[in-house]
Amino acid sequence: MTETVFFYCFAALAVAGAILTVTMRNAVHCAISLIASLGGVAGLYLMLHAEFLFAVQIVLYIGGIMVLFLFVIMLVNLEAAARERQFHRSWVGGLLCAGGTGAMLAWFWLRGAGTLRLPPAVQPTPREGGNVESLAMVLFRDYLVPFELASLLLLVAIVGGVMMAKKRI
Amino acid sequence: MLAPVTTAHYLVLSAILLLIGVVGILTRRNVIVLMMSIEIILNAVNVNLIAFARNLDQLEGQVFAIFVICVAVAEAAVGLGILIALFRNKETVQVDEIDLLKW
Repeated sequence: MTETVFFYCFAALAVAGAILTVTMRNAVHCAISLIASLGGVAGLYLMLHAEFLFAVQIVLYIGGIMVLFLFVIMLVNLEAAARERQFHRSWVGGLLCAGGTGAMLAWFWLRGAGTLRLPPAVQPTPREGGNVESLAMVLFRDYLVPFELASLLLLVAIVGGVMMAKKRI
Repeated sequence: MLAPVTTAHYLVLSAILLLIGVVGILTRRNVIVLMMSIEIILNAVNVNLIAFARNLDQLEGQVFAIFVICVAVAEAAVGLGILIALFRNKETVQVDEIDLLKW
């Protein structure tokens, strides 16, 4: 019962924040709405017993990426952009495309609801050391090579970001 | 009395977030808002992955969500760098005014 109430609260926060992000005029307001949306998604992670990802979402997304976004918003002067048109000339087409995708998803969902049977959620097995330790075991033992490749990707991204943003190399 | 939350609830929420992100990408003109819409879409993917990880009681879904976050960070860093370079040269952040490669 309480779980359901919390789910709807966090889901409403996530969806409302996302809607405000794509509709607000000022980019700073968009960023703040996106922070609210990410916070709602973080709450959902906590409800799904993903405590480590909850912390990562708060620290990395809200604390890292969104601050980077806000820095860039301060760097590029958006006063002029806020006064202009906010939507494409062909925004109706874009809306129709997204609505078509949504209608297709809903149609498949309604048609396939009988055949698509998700297995009922099993009780989470209590793991020794909690979520963080068991996640570390999976990440560093079974997925070590992808982990190292991800660190390589981050290195390339650091170099690429500096190369792009610097005036003269 | 409210029905208990199932995995299907999370899947529907994820689809809604995905559609909002797609609407943002297809209709907005501001490049920064476009990149925020991409973040919304990646978050929708993460909700999906973690909901299935919870449903099947396996941790692989959470590991993949970590990789998705990793790619999102790299994308945001490089994308914002490109945006700064673009603003330095064109003095605009509106995507329909950046048409140098358009035929």
